[in-house]
Amino acid sequence: MAKLVVFLTLISLLPLLCNSFSDDKPSDRHILVLLDDFAIKSSHSLFFKSLQSRGFDLDFKLADDPKISLQRYGQYLYDGLILFCPTIERFGGSIDAASILDFVDSGHDLIVAADSNASDLIREIATECGVDFDEDPAALVVDHTGYAIAATEGDHTLIAADGFIKSNVLLGSKKIEAPVLFRGIGHSLNPSNSLVLKVLSASPSAYSANPKSKLTSPPSLTGSSISLVSVVQARNNARILISGSISMFSNRFFRSGVQKAGSPTKHDKSGNEQFLTELSKWVFHERGHLKAVNVRHHKVGEVEEPAIYRINDDLEYSVEIYEWSGTSWKPYVADDVQVQFYMMSPYILKTMSTDGKGHFFTSFKVPDVYGVFQFKVEYQRLGYTSLSLSKQIPVRPFRHNEYERFIPAAYPYYGAAFSMMAGFFVFTAVHLYNKPT
Amino acid sequence: MAGKAESLNGTVKSGSNQSGPAAMQASAFKADLSNMISLKSFKLKTKQQELLIRVSILLLVYVLAFITRLFSVLRYESMIHEFDPYFNYRTTLFLTEKGFYEFWNWFDSESWYPLGRIIGGTLYPGLMVTAALIYWLMRFLRFAVHIREVCVLTAPFFASNTTLVAYFFGKEIWDSGAGLVAAALIAICPGYISRSVAGSYDNEGVAIFALLLTFYLFVKAVNTGSLAWSLASAFGYFYMVSAWGGYVFIINLIPLYVLVLLITGRYSMRLYVAYNCMYILGMLLAMQIRFVGFQHVQSGEHMAAMGVFFLIQVFYFLDWVRHALADAKLFEAFLRITVTTAVSFGAIALGVGTASGYISPWTGRFYSLLDPTYAKDHIPIIASVSEHQPTAWSSFMFDFHILLFFFPAGLYFCFKRLSDATIFIVMYGLTSMYFAGVMVRLILVATPAVCLISAIAVSATVKNLAQLVRAKSKAVQSGSSKGTSTAKGSSKGLVDQSQPFQRNGAIVLLLGAFYLLSRYATHCTWVTSEAYSSPSIVLAARGAHGNRVIFDDYREAYYWLRQNTPPDAKVMSWWDYGYQITAMGNRTVIVDNNTWNNTHIATVGRAMSSYEDEAYEIMRSLDVDYVLVVFGGVTGYSSDDINKFLWMVRIGGGVFPVIKEPDYLVNGEYRVDKGAAPKMLNCLMYKLCYYRFGELTTEYGKPPGYDRARGVEIGNKDVKLEYLEEAFTTQNWIVRIYKVKPPKNRW
Repeated sequence: MAKLVVFLTLISLLPLLCNSFSDDKPSDRHILVLLDDFAIKSSHSLFFKSLQSRGFDLDFKLADDPKISLQRYGQYLYDGLILFCPTIERFGGSIDAASILDFVDSGHDLIVAADSNASDLIREIATECGVDFDEDPAALVVDHTGYAIAATEGDHTLIAADGFIKSNVLLGSKKIEAPVLFRGIGHSLNPSNSLVLKVLSASPSAYSANPKSKLTSPPSLTGSSISLVSVVQARNNARILISGSISMFSNRFFRSGVQKAGSPTKHDKSGNEQFLTELSKWVFHERGHLKAVNVRHHKVGEVEEPAIYRINDDLEYSVEIYEWSGTSWKPYVADDVQVQFYMMSPYILKTMSTDGKGHFFTSFKVPDVYGVFQFKVEYQRLGYTSLSLSKQIPVRPFRHNEYERFIPAAYPYYGAAFSMMAGFFVFTAVHLYNKPT
Repeated sequence: MAGKAESLNGTVKSGSNQSGPAAMQASAFKADLSNMISLKSFKLKTKQQELLIRVSILLLVYVLAFITRLFSVLRYESMIHEFDPYFNYRTTLFLTEKGFYEFWNWFDSESWYPLGRIIGGTLYPGLMVTAALIYWLMRFLRFAVHIREVCVLTAPFFASNTTLVAYFFGKEIWDSGAGLVAAALIAICPGYISRSVAGSYDNEGVAIFALLLTFYLFVKAVNTGSLAWSLASAFGYFYMVSAWGGYVFIINLIPLYVLVLLITGRYSMRLYVAYNCMYILGMLLAMQIRFVGFQHVQSGEHMAAMGVFFLIQVFYFLDWVRHALADAKLFEAFLRITVTTAVSFGAIALGVGTASGYISPWTGRFYSLLDPTYAKDHIPIIASVSEHQPTAWSSFMFDFHILLFFFPAGLYFCFKRLSDATIFIVMYGLTSMYFAGVMVRLILVATPAVCLISAIAVSATVKNLAQLVRAKSKAVQSGSSKGTSTAKGSSKGLVDQSQPFQRNGAIVLLLGAFYLLSRYATHCTWVTSEAYSSPSIVLAARGAHGNRVIFDDYREAYYWLRQNTPPDAKVMSWWDYGYQITAMGNRTVIVDNNTWNNTHIATVGRAMSSYEDEAYEIMRSLDVDYVLVVFGGVTGYSSDDINKFLWMVRIGGGVFPVIKEPDYLVNGEYRVDKGAAPKMLNCLMYKLCYYRFGELTTEYGKPPGYDRARGVEIGNKDVKLEYLEEAFTTQNWIVRIYKVKPPKNRW
């Protein structure tokens, strides 16, 4: 009991202590869930339970609650935000679209679930993250070949989607066998945004339109360019998940069986639970978070890091990279981490060797060019946080006394100089002490 | 020389005896005695009197040359001026702190990011070493001076020394009277003061001294044929090479002079000794300067000296052969063969050397001296510098005043009494006058020659006139000794045949000459105090009520950079401000006033003249954190970045053809108002200068956004910045600093 009290007091202090994921424990702890109404809390309880069971502290609030706020005294109260409020037109309290985007820009994570009739506010937040929902408010994603077979013949808006992104980091190492049930609006990715990724895409036969009305003009979104679920990893490693369906998080979809049209296998359970649980692990930094520490470089045979290198010095560079496993830092194992020795363009690009314990190292010779170089590690892999290390180091030319003194090619000149001196001496002596006859 | 110094000591001693405290304490008898002694010592011989006068005049001139250059310190404060001096100051500071070897091997990673600059190998260290030596000497003598004060006063100190050299030079060429006049003229000549006021801590400050010293010692060597003087001139040349790139003038003028002497049949053993010793030793010494290196044997600009060196050997050889050969006809044939072979051999060597690349071709700067239009067409970076513009007549008048009229008169006197020395000064005067016409800054090189030649004119005229005046009185009081120095036969004859009114005429002319000279002195003082004593880092203007307004925006901005930006921040600005940012702001710059890499400067020019998004890419690639622009629209300061902008476009366009000058002009006209070219109104430089300027009312009765420097209302008042944000703007908006935003987080 005493333990629990201590735990609770610590938990209540945490919001004041952490404003984003810390370097020590990058996983989020405090998450604000904004809902349209509290019914969602129970209808989507499986999803929330899975989060709570993983140690997250969820704070459920109505989206128009006038008391909600993301920060107090300039400190963020939460590490993550879940918007399960697709129809909200105005948040209560001090929250608006700009404050949510600021929340993300200061390194916090966000899950947005939209639905048909999604409000302009939700659309605006999505647009700012590089995702454009179908502009028709009544539109749904319809797929006449990839629909989920249900008891009643429907309008094929319940889709069994299995166009997953191929990434173990995002979706876990276990393969998702069953298709994911989806009913909601589709979105497209803004081509000018290079950070947004399609995690679950619709099948080539899908299109986005209002299923109740007759199709008069070709739909604006068609085929596999429709994204059902997308993620963004911002430059500051904040992660965003945007889904066009709130019902895919619901208990009903989590539990129901699924059979994709045209497929003989009937799964007892849809892939929703596995898919969204794994994806939420990624979003809340339980997976795919790398850190680089102990960046070191020194001359071969030395330990101290010099302030400046000389051209043609031999140097060693090392860095330790760890991956967060959700509970502890594990050594990161990869064979594709490269270091650049960079001045306007990479003069040296080397793949580092690793000892399997997170230590990456290499050695090379400084090029025969002086200037202000940088050791650069630009490690960007799908799903992982991007590592961008750069360390500036000047490279100087030889000092006047560092050149080799006696090179063979110079001996003729030495010989010439000394023979000249000797000759001059002899000539002077002869000239001075020899009387002309 | 030694004798003079002794007698100088003598007079000073007797003077101090008379007024010294020891004399006051002593008994009456002793006082009487000392009185008698001093009375006796006052009865100097004429020669001693003349010496006393000469020495005291020289002393006064020495002091005058120093104090007339202190206007800038009195008006403003003891500070370093302009642009280049800040670099010199920074390097001197480094030298005094870290020692000579660190200085020699200094690789500066704070300028020319990311290329860096080998400071030790790309500067002329003479000035810094000189100042550091003075500093160390002062420290040794327990004067706790700051290095900045030493740097500020180095140029006036060397200007004073130049007057001494001018005296001896004048004496060598003409007589001691001309020497005195030359010293007095050069002490206050504006052409020289412009580069040597206190705070103008630039290479030229010591280089003019070194230049004149080298010439003086060489002329002395030619006159005496002494190996010692020649050796001294080689060392003078070494000092000059270590101090300023203008040494190329010496290494071309002296061979030219020797060539002229050879052609005019004035070849002598004295010349042979002087030139050979000076050339060989000077060349070897100059090679010790890292920046010069092997240029003396490898660069086209130095080949004339080498050619003349070989030519003089041929002359010597021929002389010897003529002695050996009795037959004149045989010698004639031999001469023809030798000359032909020598010339063809030289031509072939030069051709092979140039073709194989061993001898580098002439540099652009050298070309632009020979052909004033060259830079304008081919090297915008040289043409963009205001001091590289061709000289206007007004600035000749401004810098030389009446010397401009004395100069031809002096040439006349020189031609009348032609000697090796006067030929030299004539050649120096004529060539440097040509160069002064090509480039404004080279007026400086011409100034000593103009002063010397004018001094000859003044001295000779005044002496002739004075003799005319004194001739009558001489006739009355017969038997008195003649003038100080040797009078000329011609003038004596003239005096004998003189008419009665000639004396009055001479008096009038003398008065006229004194009037002119006094006007000259007034003009020089006025110019010094009004025009040449401004530090240009602090600006002064007259307020509405005639009061003096000081704009200290530059230093405000640089101190802001120093105190508010991360230590490794990179600042991009036009190259003019590079030295100041590194010296005062202590931040890394992309380009600076050492314009060694044209491409790098062109990249900055391209960034400034591109649209904001394109410029952002360039700035990201150069890791730029801050952008600094200088803007005069609020104060009416006309040498700001908008007025320099076309040069940025030209220099940028010279390397990157995407930048085209016509895009920024409307019908060939450069404007910033509503009628300006669209690209002009949206380029980075325009946006940075006029950001938020549209809201500001600068002048009563004018619309907001009225640019006082250009006198127009700006054309784009609603400037929005997307990739940069304003970080700091100084009090009078002269310097504006912008921060480059990081890339967008979610895109």
